[in-house]
Amino acid sequence: MPELVEFTVDGVTCRAAPGTSLAAAMLDAGVTAFRRSRTGEPRGPVCGMGICFECRVAIDGIAHRRACLEPVRAGMTVRTGE
Amino acid sequence: MSDASVLETDVAIVGAGPAGIAAAVAARAEGARTLLLDSAPRPGGQIWRHRDPAQLPASGRRWIERLSGSGAEWIHSANAIDLPAPGVLIAEREGRAFTIRWRSLVIATGATERLLPFPGWTLPNVFGVGGLQALLKAGASVAARRVIVAGSGPLLLPVASSLAAAGATIRLVAEQAPALRVYRFAGALWSDPVRLAQAARYRAGFRRARYRCGTWIVRVDPVGSALSVTLTDGRRIWTDRTDLVAVGYGLVPDVRLARLAGCSIASGCVAVDRSQRTSVPSVFCAGEPTGIAGADSAVAQGRLAGAAAAGARRTGGAASRARRFAARLDRAFALRPDLRALPDPATIVCRCEDVSLGEIGEGWSARQIKLYTRAGMGPCQGRVCQPALEFLRRTGADAVRLPLFPAPVGLLADHANRDEGDS
Repeated sequence: MPELVEFTVDGVTCRAAPGTSLAAAMLDAGVTAFRRSRTGEPRGPVCGMGICFECRVAIDGIAHRRACLEPVRAGMTVRTGE
Repeated sequence: MSDASVLETDVAIVGAGPAGIAAAVAARAEGARTLLLDSAPRPGGQIWRHRDPAQLPASGRRWIERLSGSGAEWIHSANAIDLPAPGVLIAEREGRAFTIRWRSLVIATGATERLLPFPGWTLPNVFGVGGLQALLKAGASVAARRVIVAGSGPLLLPVASSLAAAGATIRLVAEQAPALRVYRFAGALWSDPVRLAQAARYRAGFRRARYRCGTWIVRVDPVGSALSVTLTDGRRIWTDRTDLVAVGYGLVPDVRLARLAGCSIASGCVAVDRSQRTSVPSVFCAGEPTGIAGADSAVAQGRLAGAAAAGARRTGGAASRARRFAARLDRAFALRPDLRALPDPATIVCRCEDVSLGEIGEGWSARQIKLYTRAGMGPCQGRVCQPALEFLRRTGADAVRLPLFPAPVGLLADHANRDEGDS
């Protein structure tokens, strides 16, 4: 079993196997609302391949990153709800 | 990748799925300088998406090994955003633009999933079918979660099968096409023993769950952290509880880059000759953009395209076989008109801009819809709502809008300035 990497989502520490995509790791951590739509609806990943842009989060202060295209890295700080 | 903002190559390939990988290996075998670009961190595309090559089927593992030994330059996590002139591709990576100068271009951009709006399709935990599959391959856990797989097309079977293998409880697989047409399609696979064996294996993978044809999702409602799914077979309506929904209505060839390159498109697919050459002589295309036909066909087309793009005289029947298969697929899994009645006026159609169906006038063109409502103007650039609106409102495809992927505003201007500085 490879060592898990730690990252935070809205300040909460989560763990995932290295190589997992951030979107997959967040779903496993129980996060379902990744962003808020224009009218405030919660949205989460849909296409899993970088097409739909519904899994956008801020990673290490950089907005609008697609969580499905980012491998989870140790120490990543993720903010949802943008 | 070097820091240089201009890269030179003989063959540039966009998309590192089976077609793009095979094209890169074939182009290198002809001695051409070759560059392969993809938006994902690892090669493989959707079908060969992996965290560890050991998870891949033998053919995928072999091709990814061949790629890494081929000497092709691999540029990951990069998006093709524009083709401003012949021989020039502009791409973006981590917010920075760079130019690739090429002699031949191979378009291997694959396909996207057709998602159709219904009340509740925007709820969290409602995914595409390929979408949930992609997340599973990227490491998501579905153990002990209930899943309803629905929509249309041959993708439902392998996805239900792999979800079940990962410990999910498949409540139902609902295929909208009528049983007669689905079984006739399956019957025709007798002439294609590999595909038939595959289908049988997939069905065996979730044998305790029902595979119901002529059945579709009407709406999804949240119930605490679970979902209540309303289904119908056109006569009866019932509801079921689930944790996750995977729903997708087949694959749509991604022809945006090809359209931008000026390639002829016929019936939604890029037209190619026996060497995979498009109507633009220096531009080749392989895999799903020429017609949805799966990974084996994509590899066969990619080998031809890569060799031809490198200047070799190589021809074959892969593309015409793919077109015939795609046409059979379209007939078997044609979407039933009932699906047009699912969204109500308040149902969101454009997820990026939150445009509801009621805001879109009957009979508007694709262009009018964009101008009046901003539907299709958000970050996904219509990749989700445009195929849906083509079905719901029978709008034709609109001209491709630039950039192909959202780029930071400064980036394009920045790039334009640098180009001026060069001249």
